[in-house]
Amino acid sequence: MKNNWWKILSLILLVYTIIAGFLFPVPALPILNETIRNLYFHVCMWFGMMILFIISFVYSIKYLNKPSDKNDIYASVYAAIGSYYGILGYLTGFIWVNATWLTDKGQSLGTVLKEPKLIGAAIALLIYGAYFVLRGSFTDIDKRARVSAVYNIFAFALLFPSIWIIPRLVGSLHPGAPGGESGNPALNQRDIDPIMRMVFWPAVIGWTLLGVWIATLKIRMQLLNEKKLSNE
Amino acid sequence: MTQQIIALLKKDLLLEFRQKHTFYSILLYIAATIFVIYLSLAEPPEPGVWNSLFWVIQLFVCVNAVAKSFLQDNRGRQLYYYSIASPAAFILSKLLFNVVLMLAMSLISLLLFFIFLSNPVEDMSRFVLIMIIGGCGISLVFTLMSAIAAKAQQNAALVAILGFPVILPQLMLVMRMSQVAFAEVFRSGAVLQLTLLTLSMDVLVVILAVILFPFLWKD
Repeated sequence: MKNNWWKILSLILLVYTIIAGFLFPVPALPILNETIRNLYFHVCMWFGMMILFIISFVYSIKYLNKPSDKNDIYASVYAAIGSYYGILGYLTGFIWVNATWLTDKGQSLGTVLKEPKLIGAAIALLIYGAYFVLRGSFTDIDKRARVSAVYNIFAFALLFPSIWIIPRLVGSLHPGAPGGESGNPALNQRDIDPIMRMVFWPAVIGWTLLGVWIATLKIRMQLLNEKKLSNE
Repeated sequence: MTQQIIALLKKDLLLEFRQKHTFYSILLYIAATIFVIYLSLAEPPEPGVWNSLFWVIQLFVCVNAVAKSFLQDNRGRQLYYYSIASPAAFILSKLLFNVVLMLAMSLISLLLFFIFLSNPVEDMSRFVLIMIIGGCGISLVFTLMSAIAAKAQQNAALVAILGFPVILPQLMLVMRMSQVAFAEVFRSGAVLQLTLLTLSMDVLVVILAVILFPFLWKD
């Protein structure tokens, strides 16, 4: 119980997110209309993804500092769940794109796919795809852990500058960027309606905790598998 | 340290001169690729297309030129290097060598582009400068990727898979930046800003390489 409070917290926050997300009043904005509620799901996926990737990055550093199977499994599982969240972020984004940019603004799919945030996310997913290809190409477990940790750290360290650079090169339809070449890529805190903020931040925490929960379950499974293999 | 770097660099250069076939094979690769582009286009491309073709060719040339830098040494020789040099000196010499190699290749492909695909560049000195900065960045990243792929006992395909997502932002940056040489007007100071950004990315890559390479090195 003492160690599981955050799982309960995650559950409560997610129930709150879903109920409040669908029932609470939201500002009526043109084009967005009720799809604005997707904020509680779509944006949270990206927050969750980044946080999970950061955790994976930290465990890779830990592995190089002190090599142990456990750190390697942690790093790889957090990267996997982060990628999963990234894919979910894309899926929720597509729903949103379909309802707003594509139909109301009449944008073509080509311009939408050139969105800086989509490019950033694509780079992140490609990096972690490459990470798993790299892991798959080793037979020696220790070598696999060490080399993939090196790649994880290197790629992650270059991923952040790119997320920061690309929005300055490409115009954006996302909020926060006025479409000029110097758009601010960050989420503008003042843009969010106070009621929405009351749902949004708990939702971010809830979804992230859920991701960590999924990861811990997978880690436990892998550790048990390993134990079973070493006992045989 | 500097002595080690110079000695290793000399060795790499000497090796390149003795085994000329690798150098010529890349040269042939560049020439063949540009010739294919020349044949496939009915008329000389517009500046924008020219620019993106140029950088895409640079990317593939780099993958081919740099990928072998860690794959050519066999196990015994690597063990020998391990015993005589520090990992930082080793990776720095490799980075330096690949930068030199890449710059030579860039210049050759630029020349071939002028011959086959006309010359839309208006500001030559700027374009060459951007080419040098961009070429450095690409070759630095792919050197480390090649070191990683060599550990996986894999071919050049893995280098491309590992490197492409990492290099993408830098490539976008230099492509954007080199538009300035085609007389595109930028906000004042924007080009300097982009240049500094690319340079700092290059420095970041070198620092990461020096920190991370020792872990790849020991077996």
